Amino acid sequence: MGTNATTQASNAHLTTPTRLTGAEIVWATLVGEGVTDVFGYPGGAILPVYDALRKFPIHHTLVRHEQGAAHMADGYSRASGKVGVAIATSGPGATNLVTGIATAMLDSIPIVCITGNVSSKVLGTDAFQEVDITGITLPVTKHNFLISRTEDIAPALRYAFQIAKSARPGPVLVDITKDAQQGTAIFDFEAAKPRPHRIHPMRKVEDSGLEQAAELIRNSKRPVILAGHGILESGAMEQVLTLAERAQIPVALTLLGLGAFPASHPLNLGMMGMHGEAWVNHAIQEADLLIACGMRFDDRVTGTISTYATKAKKIHIEVDPAEINKNIKVDVPLIGDLREVLESLLPRISGRDGSAWLKTIDGIKGDSAVRDIKNLPDNGHLYAAHVIHDIWRITGGNAIISTDVGQHQMWEAQYYHHEKPRSLITSGGLGTMGFGLPAAIGAKTACPEKEVWVIVGDGGFQMTAAELATIAQEKIKINIAVINNGYLGMVRQWQEFFYERNYEATPMVSPDFVKLADAHGIAGLTVRTRAEVAEAVEQARSAPGTFLLNFKVEKEDSVYPMVSTGSALHEMIRRPGLNSLDDK
Amino acid sequence: MLHTFVAYVEDLPGVLTRVASLFRRLNININSLTVGRSERAGLSRLTLVCEASAEAGHRIQASLFKLENVVDVDDISQAPAVTRELALIKVAATRQSRSQIFELVEVFRADIVDVATESLTIQLTGVESKIEGLIQVLDEGENRILEICRSGKMTMRRGHHTSRVLKAMGAGPDDAVKEAGPAENFEDIAARDPE
Repeated sequence: MGTNATTQASNAHLTTPTRLTGAEIVWATLVGEGVTDVFGYPGGAILPVYDALRKFPIHHTLVRHEQGAAHMADGYSRASGKVGVAIATSGPGATNLVTGIATAMLDSIPIVCITGNVSSKVLGTDAFQEVDITGITLPVTKHNFLISRTEDIAPALRYAFQIAKSARPGPVLVDITKDAQQGTAIFDFEAAKPRPHRIHPMRKVEDSGLEQAAELIRNSKRPVILAGHGILESGAMEQVLTLAERAQIPVALTLLGLGAFPASHPLNLGMMGMHGEAWVNHAIQEADLLIACGMRFDDRVTGTISTYATKAKKIHIEVDPAEINKNIKVDVPLIGDLREVLESLLPRISGRDGSAWLKTIDGIKGDSAVRDIKNLPDNGHLYAAHVIHDIWRITGGNAIISTDVGQHQMWEAQYYHHEKPRSLITSGGLGTMGFGLPAAIGAKTACPEKEVWVIVGDGGFQMTAAELATIAQEKIKINIAVINNGYLGMVRQWQEFFYERNYEATPMVSPDFVKLADAHGIAGLTVRTRAEVAEAVEQARSAPGTFLLNFKVEKEDSVYPMVSTGSALHEMIRRPGLNSLDDK
Repeated sequence: MLHTFVAYVEDLPGVLTRVASLFRRLNININSLTVGRSERAGLSRLTLVCEASAEAGHRIQASLFKLENVVDVDDISQAPAVTRELALIKVAATRQSRSQIFELVEVFRADIVDVATESLTIQLTGVESKIEGLIQVLDEGENRILEICRSGKMTMRRGHHTSRVLKAMGAGPDDAVKEAGPAENFEDIAARDPE
């Protein structure tokens, strides 16, 4: 952190053009863009930038692996809505970012990654730690820059922030050669401002389209709103709520949409798709109208496309024209910012009686409640569903939950009921194991006042467990719930269902996670029975520092329902009854 | 079907990679790609021809627009347009066989642009079928083709169609953007066209 004096000095740069080094320009531009925290790892080609850091009021979190830096920037952005920033050196530092960048790309998360590169004179010569990172990241960034002149740094960085945030957000990488960092140029923050972002010319919402959509909504008997991540990105929570309430339309959410519509709302159906509750998928399959809001008909939510919601007309409200008719053919595309489109649509929507349809859906729900594992009596087994449901109950649903990828992620989506936007941080599109822990560090950095939990499997935890040291160094308080079943659980489940229980390479021997935490000065506890869960969760919450709970859960439990690949959305594998569960 | 896209892109390093990478990712082969300076400073104009499903056109166009360096994209697969290609063909030719090639060149309205002791180079402009016609005739003759260099297709909409770039940059009423008119007019124009 800079002192007040240096803060003022650096802020002066923003109003008066000043000659600075490229390295100073990097930080001054970040300050100008409102950045207060960055995540990174130093190295030779980015050293000039690190050398200049002390002069600027920006907090740097030293990560243990650059993948962690990208995930932290990502978690920071998902929790706060701001642009996350990751910094790495050239070569291996830069390539280590790639998984994190791709994660942000697939989930449309605005982050800016800054990498150092070798001097422009030796670019392309296979110099030490040189890699063509702009080439490598071309398909996993919205855009990237290779900057070799000091005077280009500020305009490129400002442009990068604009690209990251605009329309459908995403990651941008700015690669800066070492000589550009070392050179000097006049820094003029105002002059470096990019021209207004070009609106995609295929974005258009015509009155006729809005009227058609309103007409479809008026005349539908069985409508469903499909609520996606775009609601959060556009900030359209209120508009979606108004649409649902006014026209009495039930709302199904995608994984990344969870939190965009309050879980406790009577019109909230829950998560759709591969591991969505049966009634949600049935409602979609029976619907006569789908109103897709900021979602992209991903294969994990549609099942087999040819059998998807065949009775339904489809309205697709989406900011990215390339998503229209990509997976599912739609009847009325409304291509624009979701909030703006809904604001134009809402005046055309009047009250509507939806009770018959809601009653039908309630009828389907009954059966599922009986099968729900959380309603089954305690049979001495510890199920992940119980653990997550208890965490939800005890935190009052108010925590930010960061998950990893796999079974625990799906159980989290089913049993932690998200009331508020940006309270679930999870890698949906890329499904990146190892995401949970670093993303939680990013989320906590963005929202220090919030309670942050990581729910992570034993497999994914070990992919980025080195970041425990980052937690220790930063003295961050989060709570870690390891759902430890001794398997790569979701892969094991697929082996059980589709590969004749051939559990090849899925049983996993892990270290004692409580001891591992202890080695980092982090307290922890192993939990083996359902009766211990609540107290352990309370203990973690009240601990002053980060606390790790190692939940030794049922080894061969599976996530139900499940729509297997190649099946229609309504053809689900359902949870077997209690007796068969005991046999396992 | 065969898609033809015309795009205006910023004249900067790496821009062509970004365009090409989009097709690579979709596993679509680019049949031909022609790039050169346009009427706007700092912008290159490219004509890209590829084989893809009819539905793919919308997505390709939308995705091209999403590239930061792409300023404008026009899908002219179905539009009335003038399409030309330039070919340079080097043919083995002795003193005896030259006159025969000269005749062919005459028929195809091509030009001889280089004559050497053992070869000559033909320059031919036209639509794809015309170029292929000459190549076929040469192939069937006794004069061996030594080298072929083809530019790939260049395409421009017919009629008083100024590019949308001009419109975007605030072209005045005199430059009013007029989309191509009814098809029969174009057939008339096409009839006058020597190709």
